[in-house]
Amino acid sequence: MVTHAADHGQGGYPTGWRRYLFSTNHKDIGTMYLIFGMLNGLIGGALSIVIRMELQNPGLQFFGDPHLFNVFTTAHGLIMLFLMLMPALIGGFGNWFVPLMIGAPDMAFPRLNNVSFWLLPPAALLLFMSLFSEGDSGGSGFGGGWTLYPPLSAGGGPAVDYAILSIHIMGIASLLGSINFITTILNMRAPGMTMHKLPLFAWSLLITSFLLLLSLPVLAGALTMLLTDRNFGTTFFDPSGGGDPLLFQHLFWFFGHPEVYILVLPVFGIVSHIISTFSCKPVFGYLGMVYAMISIGVIGFIVWAHHMYAVGMDVNTQAYFITATIVISVPTGIKIFSWIATMWGGSISFKPPMVWVIGFIFLFTVGGVTGVVLANASINRALHDTYYIVAHFHYVLSLGAVFGLFAGWYYWFPKISGYMYSFFLAHMHFVVQFVGVNMIFFPQHFLGLAGMPRRYIDYPDAFAGWNYISSIGSYVSLLGVLIFLFGVFEAFLRKRPAASNPWGDGANSLEWTLPSPPPFHQFETLPHIK
Amino acid sequence: MGRFGRFSAILFMSFSFLLSTVLFSFASGQPQPWQMGLSESVTPIMTELLWFHDDFLLWIIGFVTFFVLFLLIVVVLFFNKRFHPVPSTTSHNTAIEVIWTVIPILILIVIAVPSFRLLYFERVIPEAAMTIKAIGHQWYWSYEYPDHEDVSFDSVMVEDEDLKAGQPRLLAVDQELIVPVGKVVRLLVTASDVIHSWAIPSFGMKIDAIPGRLNESWFKAEKVGVYYGQCSELCGVRHAFMPIAVRVVEQEIFDAWITMAVQSGPEDANELLTHRHKILSRTVSLKNGG
Ligand SMILES: [Cu+2]
Repeated sequence: MVTHAADHGQGGYPTGWRRYLFSTNHKDIGTMYLIFGMLNGLIGGALSIVIRMELQNPGLQFFGDPHLFNVFTTAHGLIMLFLMLMPALIGGFGNWFVPLMIGAPDMAFPRLNNVSFWLLPPAALLLFMSLFSEGDSGGSGFGGGWTLYPPLSAGGGPAVDYAILSIHIMGIASLLGSINFITTILNMRAPGMTMHKLPLFAWSLLITSFLLLLSLPVLAGALTMLLTDRNFGTTFFDPSGGGDPLLFQHLFWFFGHPEVYILVLPVFGIVSHIISTFSCKPVFGYLGMVYAMISIGVIGFIVWAHHMYAVGMDVNTQAYFITATIVISVPTGIKIFSWIATMWGGSISFKPPMVWVIGFIFLFTVGGVTGVVLANASINRALHDTYYIVAHFHYVLSLGAVFGLFAGWYYWFPKISGYMYSFFLAHMHFVVQFVGVNMIFFPQHFLGLAGMPRRYIDYPDAFAGWNYISSIGSYVSLLGVLIFLFGVFEAFLRKRPAASNPWGDGANSLEWTLPSPPPFHQFETLPHIK
Repeated sequence: MGRFGRFSAILFMSFSFLLSTVLFSFASGQPQPWQMGLSESVTPIMTELLWFHDDFLLWIIGFVTFFVLFLLIVVVLFFNKRFHPVPSTTSHNTAIEVIWTVIPILILIVIAVPSFRLLYFERVIPEAAMTIKAIGHQWYWSYEYPDHEDVSFDSVMVEDEDLKAGQPRLLAVDQELIVPVGKVVRLLVTASDVIHSWAIPSFGMKIDAIPGRLNESWFKAEKVGVYYGQCSELCGVRHAFMPIAVRVVEQEIFDAWITMAVQSGPEDANELLTHRHKILSRTVSLKNGG
């Protein structure tokens, strides 16, 4: 029996598997989230490579059964969103750095934190079980897309139920996590840290948590109705019983659109810190940045039906959604210009995190302007469900959010691990990844404009050219991921110790006042903010 | 390290220049190899869309993208450690913050005006010459002509091994939808099982076929020809194999076709289409005789 003295004393903590399974330490939990996100990123990435291999040439190459292809695209989407980006950005970096940045000893509810992480492995298990059990069309796995639209998702075997239950559990995990973040940020800031002095990353997590808190219950409701439609004879979404398939789409996108901002807001926070650090300048227009994020969060809730311009909505309703959607680009523009203004007049050093961030700004701008095109219902109807959409949201998420994720990784890796990584490998990783992802996704704009629908296993021969380039691009970015993994391996192999602040004067948030890695319990006397 | 970092930053920027190429639109009723832009227009809606996208939005988003790129290049070249070793401490400038809020708002208003005009042009359905009903099934389309004694037929993709010369793979169907040129056609769309979506890129059209719901849209094809589209809402295993093909013909041919279809079914009527010259001359002689 472990004595209480050892449990609560200076530096005493459980060791071995207990340290992680029973963990209530925000840094250990953050590390587990990061590893979990990375593993799932590799799985989701592998799926996308197979998808691109299939699409490299016209005709069926690898999938004898098109159903399996649909299962791959569905799983790729769900895994990348719910098991890679959200755990890594919110669970990983959020857990690690929100308490450090606000000068708190830990999260407000450490045990709840443990539960929100340990709900994820069973959720992942359910999702992988779903791949191997009977789904729609008799094949194994669910191939109805991550959007789960009924009536397609209303039929088929248990694969669909497993997928729904898996998303339910992920939802509960995120919900508990957001309650924790909100409480921590509102109540546990160091003395003197007013809300208007709160670091932008903490602000972004606060807003993200509110988005999750308000949108996830709606998704949970829709999924539960789908579950009872499937298993208990209700007809919420079944027209033959008076239900409406469109009701599901409205509920889904009421969650689904804020979800996009849930993924990208933490990245906004990370980017602001990195730019300020490496330009040796305070963030330009801090208050503008904060209120821009808040308004992105608020407006993000009232634009959902711009995903549904082709369903035959009332024309005035469409006019409203056009207006709301283009309005959201104003605060987004404020963010981009404020970042550039932060760099302007600075003394920029091009260390890896900064290079990744400059890449992020450009790619996010490209994804943003195609978003302005898509906001217009008329042109959206020509491009809806084509590869233009695929290109657009991958520029925002796969290039935008993932580049932000890598930027954060290279920024905080020395703090987390206590080791420096090779700048050469990190720069190489950037160049290869940048070339790769642009090769994948830029030509997809052309395919979409020419009318190639998404979620197609085979395409008319005229689309072969750009698809080939796109597939080659995915192999290039696979090479980028290998360089990344090698860089991580090399850092742990060489064990170059990192200073508490490896980035110099520009890095002035509280985490850099602590040693790298920080002690198991930090801030036992609270820091005072002037 | 610093030098390599700057090198990679500059490398990615020159690469982005290469990427941002101008888009063009291509002709004919089906996609073309290496096509980079929207399809050629055959309807008034698509003509408007081509203007809106190619001649209007593309300039605006191109300008914004290159402006951001330009600013990034400036900060990378001039505000780095070597050329600008002492950073400024500016962190506010109310004037510029107001400017970069107001100018985007103005740009968006400029976008919103034609966008609304186009939306209402598209979604307010004009007086139609005829109505056609399209029904999505797993995995084919069926069509009905309610104005013409409910002539109806299924439209199924031609498998690769059955393709005839000139038929595009994955786009050709056994029985095309036949419509007259230059007439407003009202299209009612629904589905019998799951959601499908009826789309023809050169018409600028896409409308979901949803079970239990009758969606309405319209088109006025202004050029004779065959125009292809593909199901655009994930509908299961053979989602990629339920194309849409519309054959736009002269009014005389349409009249002959629909008369034949009413009398002896659409298969026979389609036979007629292969002899379109005979039909044209016969309608002319009929007109002269009567
Ligand atoms: Cu379909």
